[in-house]
Amino acid sequence: MLVNTRGGIRVVNVGTDRVKRGMAEMQKGGVIMDVVNAEQAKIAEEAGAVAVMALERVPSDIRKAGGVARMADPTIVEEVMNAVSIPVMAKARIGHIVEARVLESMGVDYIDESEVLTPADEVFHLNKKDYTVPFVCGCRNLGEAARRIGEGASMLRTKGEPGTGNIVEAVRHMRQVNAEVRQLVTMSVDEVMTYAKDLGAPYEVLLQIREEGRLPVVNFAAGGVATPADAALMMQLGADGVFVGSGIFKSDNPAKFAKAIVEATTHFEDYELIAKVSKGLGEAMKGIEISTIQPHERMQDRGW
Amino acid sequence: MVTVGVLGLQGAVREHVRSIEASGAHAVVVKKIAQLDEIDGLILPGGESTTMRRLIDQYGFLEPLRQFGQNNKPIFGTCAGLILLAKEITNQSTVHLGLMDITVTRNAFGRQKDSFEAALTIDGVAENFNAVFIRAPYIERVGESVKILATYDDAIVAAEEGPFLCTAFHPELTKDHRLAHYFVEKVKESKKDLQDSQ
Repeated sequence: MLVNTRGGIRVVNVGTDRVKRGMAEMQKGGVIMDVVNAEQAKIAEEAGAVAVMALERVPSDIRKAGGVARMADPTIVEEVMNAVSIPVMAKARIGHIVEARVLESMGVDYIDESEVLTPADEVFHLNKKDYTVPFVCGCRNLGEAARRIGEGASMLRTKGEPGTGNIVEAVRHMRQVNAEVRQLVTMSVDEVMTYAKDLGAPYEVLLQIREEGRLPVVNFAAGGVATPADAALMMQLGADGVFVGSGIFKSDNPAKFAKAIVEATTHFEDYELIAKVSKGLGEAMKGIEISTIQPHERMQDRGW
Repeated sequence: MVTVGVLGLQGAVREHVRSIEASGAHAVVVKKIAQLDEIDGLILPGGESTTMRRLIDQYGFLEPLRQFGQNNKPIFGTCAGLILLAKEITNQSTVHLGLMDITVTRNAFGRQKDSFEAALTIDGVAENFNAVFIRAPYIERVGESVKILATYDDAIVAAEEGPFLCTAFHPELTKDHRLAHYFVEKVKESKKDLQDSQ
């Protein structure tokens, strides 16, 4: 049990599951935007983002730059934290205990243990239960989702294929996770252990999902959202909200684009409104066809 | 049966719907202004207050929401919802609905790492209520007509003024529905009073 000594005498619980998962619940129906400086963070906040992800480079630039992608320079994270009042998230490499601890010590509101960065550990993810700060992790299927929850992730996002502006992988992963959840929910209890074995998923987590009929944490969509219609599509497929990485600040008119994506996410079933906000947005980011990406450059295959 | 709406622009909407239903009222997610006519009381949920305000502005919700409150229809604001209700916000010149005579400080307990749970006594509502505070605000000052319902470390974290109820914490994140029940009862009384006065 973690103890907060604020006030000196009273002992309260900080960093509990409820507090960490609850933070993500407050983000539901919203858009979380990647930003690389204070100016972009302000544009995102102004447009109605529920949080920003502070990075050194957006995924499409990481893809272009190649080499090893690491945690952002703390200066950038700090600059963004000082610029906005909405929550600030930051990415640490998979399994990089120290990057995560550094971000936690800086007081970021959420850490993304992210496949967008080059993994630091090819076998183990972080033991996220050990931290006061909550974590979001990527998943492509229920097995990955349940393993991350088992390790203490307080929020999930389907991986998609980051930095491509191509929604196809995000759709695949959201459908996959939700189909497997539905399958699990209709199973009888005696079938769950074998399902856990097949998925490589923790049994207790699966039992809980079956019991409640849904994942115990919020699941956003990520990796390839490039237009307001893409964002609305992911909401219709059952996402609790949307991460937009390269899509906004690689478009012609980021402020307008950001607002349009927020509106389409809120009113994902109002097609007239989506038509209206999609008009005259200028060019979206240039997309990449998935089959042209070399297997070793596929970010979604990182994480285990 | 009374109908309680939950403003559904962003935030913890589903949880409030569950609490309302568990308290024996009918719940509606309010996304359009016209829906305000169908409900007897309204919950402004937790979420990001900055984001909610942007969306409220975009859809012209501000005046209709204010009107709803000025017609003495009950409103319950949790966390971001409390900020929306306040007449005054520390270090900020703009306010939102301005319906409750309170001054509120945003993120007053700190960032996410300082978010916490604590057992509270809520005057006339519940003892030993597990309150979940997430990047929570608190009430710095209350006007004469405001009743303080709960404090934590001398900070005011729940209050009531006429038809309005607010908490700095998130009752919807636990399965303890005593506050939701209290609000539903308030809505029932208000509906009766409004009918009697017609």
